[in-house]
Amino acid sequence: MEFKTFVFYVMGAILLFAALRVITARNPVHAALFLVLSFFSAAGIWLLLEAEFLAIVLVLVYVGAVMVLFLFVVMMLDINTERLRQGFWKHLPVGGLVGLLLAVQMILVLGGSYFGHDVMPAPPPADPDYSNTREIGLVLYTEYVYPFELASLVLLIAMVAAVTLTLRKRKGTRYINPSEQVSAQRKDRVELVSMPAEKE
Amino acid sequence: MNFVVPDFYPAAAEIFVAVMALVIMLASTFARRIATALAYYLTQATLIVAAVVTVATMDGQVMLTFSNMFVSDLMGDFLKLLIYFSVAIALLYGRGYLADRSMDRPEYYLLTLLMTLGMMVMVTSNHLLTLYIGLEMMSLSLYAMVAFDRESARSTEAAMKYFVLGALASGLLLYGMSMLYGATGSMEFSGIAQAIYHQSANSTVLVFGLVFVMAGLAFKLGVVPFHMWVPDVYQGAPTAVTLMIASAPKLAAFAMAMRLLVYGLFEIAEHWQSMLMFLAVLSIVLGNIAAIAQTNIKRMLAYSGIAHMGFVLLGLLSGVVDGDRHFALNAYSSAMFYAVAYVMMSLASFGMIILLSRAGFEAENIDDFKGLNQRSSWFALMMLIIMFSMAGVPFFIGFFAKLSVLQAVVAAGYIWLAVLAVVMSLIGAFYYLRVVKVMYFDAPEDSAPIHAPADVKVMLSVNGLAIAVLGLLPQGLMSLCAYALIASL
Repeated sequence: MEFKTFVFYVMGAILLFAALRVITARNPVHAALFLVLSFFSAAGIWLLLEAEFLAIVLVLVYVGAVMVLFLFVVMMLDINTERLRQGFWKHLPVGGLVGLLLAVQMILVLGGSYFGHDVMPAPPPADPDYSNTREIGLVLYTEYVYPFELASLVLLIAMVAAVTLTLRKRKGTRYINPSEQVSAQRKDRVELVSMPAEKE
Repeated sequence: MNFVVPDFYPAAAEIFVAVMALVIMLASTFARRIATALAYYLTQATLIVAAVVTVATMDGQVMLTFSNMFVSDLMGDFLKLLIYFSVAIALLYGRGYLADRSMDRPEYYLLTLLMTLGMMVMVTSNHLLTLYIGLEMMSLSLYAMVAFDRESARSTEAAMKYFVLGALASGLLLYGMSMLYGATGSMEFSGIAQAIYHQSANSTVLVFGLVFVMAGLAFKLGVVPFHMWVPDVYQGAPTAVTLMIASAPKLAAFAMAMRLLVYGLFEIAEHWQSMLMFLAVLSIVLGNIAAIAQTNIKRMLAYSGIAHMGFVLLGLLSGVVDGDRHFALNAYSSAMFYAVAYVMMSLASFGMIILLSRAGFEAENIDDFKGLNQRSSWFALMMLIIMFSMAGVPFFIGFFAKLSVLQAVVAAGYIWLAVLAVVMSLIGAFYYLRVVKVMYFDAPEDSAPIHAPADVKVMLSVNGLAIAVLGLLPQGLMSLCAYALIASL
């Protein structure tokens, strides 16, 4: 067995184990950490496939940004896992059976014969000075510029939707508009009244 | 690497709508007090100008641009025009409803416009990637719009269901698409078709991918067994949003089916036709029978929508018979005609619900239509037209839509399927006629006069009369559908 194949199987095994733990872990923080582990292993497999840029982006964006944020949210929300998991073990036999059946069917239909090495030979290894990042950049901004721009609009929609669904103007708060406060004039606040002096 | 700047001309309408969405967002940020009205009128103006741009750039030829990811053809242009009109009408009907429930924030109109853009991208896609992104643009906006009434727990629940099931469907669709790519080595529809034609694609992988793609497609069309979200979302969403979901997105989903199945996978039509037949039979049977039991009219119309989508599939599945493609054009144009007719009827029926609703009152039960004839005989007549048309009573547009689809089915040799569809429509006629009976023969429970802005009343009357008039003269619209398909296939 070649060393690369060995690494692939190790990474694959860790990935499967971590993914399984994500859905079975009792503690949501553990589940999130296992998700981080599965992202790492997936990034390792991508590295073996010579997709260096994507592997680094996966670690940077998903592990570095998304999952850290996710962990914070999970910690802050204090989710009651017992209530969430109600019925997990009750439904597990049926769900597991259906999942197993689906997996077996898929493996039967798509055994190694369709995507094996004889059908789809591995591409020749790239030159040492071949830059993955450069190639992706070139097609992303030329050939795929249309979906790229559309994806930016998808993000815009997500932003508009998130803001409009969560932004609330609460009534009854003692919020003071700073610009009104700064531009307050003396004459708005103090009124000088001249009146005759009064005797006791 | 030599790069040619793509031809922007065929995509002029899409670019215009995208730019206008950004303009409206900025304008309503700074407009403060008049922001909502400004956003509404700008959105309507954008839809009208987009229609003008689409007509101006329409020349009946098939043009590809953006490295063949975008296709401009007559079918796309025709469907885009219909999408603009139905979105504009839906906005017009829904405006007062939203204002009564203080949901008329500028973001609503912004999301509507971005949803329209997503549908335009779907309709003009020639690539799996753009089709998917267009679909996500449309769906994401709709999820947010369903949850727009933040105070209502039912709306939030409907939005959650829609979102989770929609995400699952997107996952299935993407998995299927990756299989199609794996089998054919192309993500462009014409490339997929060529790879299958030259038999360089592995048919097992291809059919395997097709199953998953079909599941995603069935979810978006809302056909059995992927229909579970439809009644809950239709009932839970604010009626103005239900109106939006039940109209233009159906046209976009039809376009998606055409692009994927007919443009990309025409060579394996036998496979997807048998899958469609399964979906269509189940939808027509379950939709019509389950609708009988409903007392909530929004839920009833949801089940009737499932049955109507089954009829659209009947048209799509009778294109190729034993490798003979003579019927294809006729069958697909009948399906398109059915989709257009359904959108017209759907707009009008949800428009009627909005008309009868007012601040603090939802006319969402069939009982709320009791004695409508005494309250307003004109709108009772309109509802009669809509219900008769949906039931397929001659001579309304729904009758001709059903007739043309059934002709296609019979021509394809599926006599049993046609008989089943007719029997189920007869059963379905019961619940449509029940609404009519309640309107004319029951005493009104609520005698409040109907208050609605004049533009809604006029538009609803035009909509209802169009269903009647197009039923008398269906030839024009029918030949338009056929012509649009001839020029694009």
